Amino acid sequence: METEVKDKSLVDEISAIPGGEGIKVCMQCGTCTASCPNADLMDHAPSELIAMIRAGMREEVLASNAPWLCLSCYLCVVRCPRDIKITRLMHVLESLAEKSGAGSKHTTTPVMYKGFNTFIATRGRISELWLMMRYYFQTNPFKAIKMIPVALGLFTHQRVSLKIDKISPEGIKQLQAIIKKAESPGGAS
Amino acid sequence: MKQYAYYPGCALSPEGFGKAFDWSTRAVNKVLDIEFKEIPDWNCCGSVPYDTLHEVASFAVCARNLALAEKIGGDVVAPCSSCYVFLSRTNQYLKQYPEIKKQVDAALAAGGLEYHGNARVRKVLDVYVRDVGYDAIAAKVKKSLGGLKVACYYGCQEVRPIFGQDHPEFPRYMDKLVNALGAEATPFPLKSRCCGGSLIISEEAASLDLIKKLLDSAIGGGADVMVTGCPLCQLNVDAYQSMVNRKYKTNYKLPVLFFTQLMGVAFGLEEKDLGLKTSIVPAGKALAKYK
Repeated sequence: METEVKDKSLVDEISAIPGGEGIKVCMQCGTCTASCPNADLMDHAPSELIAMIRAGMREEVLASNAPWLCLSCYLCVVRCPRDIKITRLMHVLESLAEKSGAGSKHTTTPVMYKGFNTFIATRGRISELWLMMRYYFQTNPFKAIKMIPVALGLFTHQRVSLKIDKISPEGIKQLQAIIKKAESPGGAS
Repeated sequence: MKQYAYYPGCALSPEGFGKAFDWSTRAVNKVLDIEFKEIPDWNCCGSVPYDTLHEVASFAVCARNLALAEKIGGDVVAPCSSCYVFLSRTNQYLKQYPEIKKQVDAALAAGGLEYHGNARVRKVLDVYVRDVGYDAIAAKVKKSLGGLKVACYYGCQEVRPIFGQDHPEFPRYMDKLVNALGAEATPFPLKSRCCGGSLIISEEAASLDLIKKLLDSAIGGGADVMVTGCPLCQLNVDAYQSMVNRKYKTNYKLPVLFFTQLMGVAFGLEEKDLGLKTSIVPAGKALAKYK
């Protein structure tokens, strides 16, 4: 019986990305899935996701909540008998999902990540406090109220300052020039 | 005096949640006669969020720091586990993938920089136990921490993926350091498991569950305090402990310190220089005997 592959380009596309090449050698042993602290919450477990990529199930793969639940704990990576960089693969899938606009509707993690990246692009550094506040206001402002005890604890123990750290004007100019070049098509053109 | 290039990262910056890690590291360095020279104008490593945004750019933002560090010379010390992984990974990918190197080099050139691949990235714990050594550390102890039971929490990225630190699932080098201070490292089966990392923000329920498991495991081993070398681990287990207690109707009061703070206590350093008061779950009672 011939197995149906929906979109043959998906395997090639992902395996061409550094760190994504491992999908070709996965033997579906499931060690990654068994090791993952968040596998229970994923609509498709890590090993299943690799099988789906190989079956060319582009839409289903990119709409999966699994990559967004990856904690980057690398337990799967150090246990994988095929040395597949599963954490990196998850980040690659997050990136493809964001670019395609077909990402999971069941996660707010991309909102947090976007806030994070905005800080880098504008200030060169992150403020953990402002990152959290920005996230709560963009997703669920009422949640911020629930977080008051945690925030108070941080304030009363001198852990938090409202100031946002940033690098020098020359430094930010340099960083932005580097990012602009890196993000230009082809990068090295 | 041995010198290193120092990359504090956002968590250890003056506005960061983990500034006590920076303070206590600087204080301990004086005792151990080593110097961390801060990389001028370093930028955020980008961590996971930037990796999901743009691949080449995520390597380039790390490479800028490495290029600046290379000018200082010597190894680069990145205390935060996430910074450590992303800076180390950049070195690894630049060596392994010539195409990425070409694009990153071009990006750096646009900022007037070049990087030759000579900035080896290390963690504070690695520098202390390998370059200074357990015996030399033990020789600086003024107040032995005899009787103190300590759960050593490595977290994920101190030991994974493998950059040659210690066993990726059952590391012991922090345990040995704690023993060298006179304290007793307790059994802690989940010592290299995840605290939820930054997903504590967007996947709170899942992360609180992970934190609760860590607390159960550490307290089950008889720990009076937990120590860690990761600012995110410290933040999650310390600042969110009250939320765990509310959610699971538990009554955990396990202080979570940076291992450098514990070293400072054993070295007889001033409490304010170690930032002990920045811990949300107070450590005063557990440490009272050693002041």
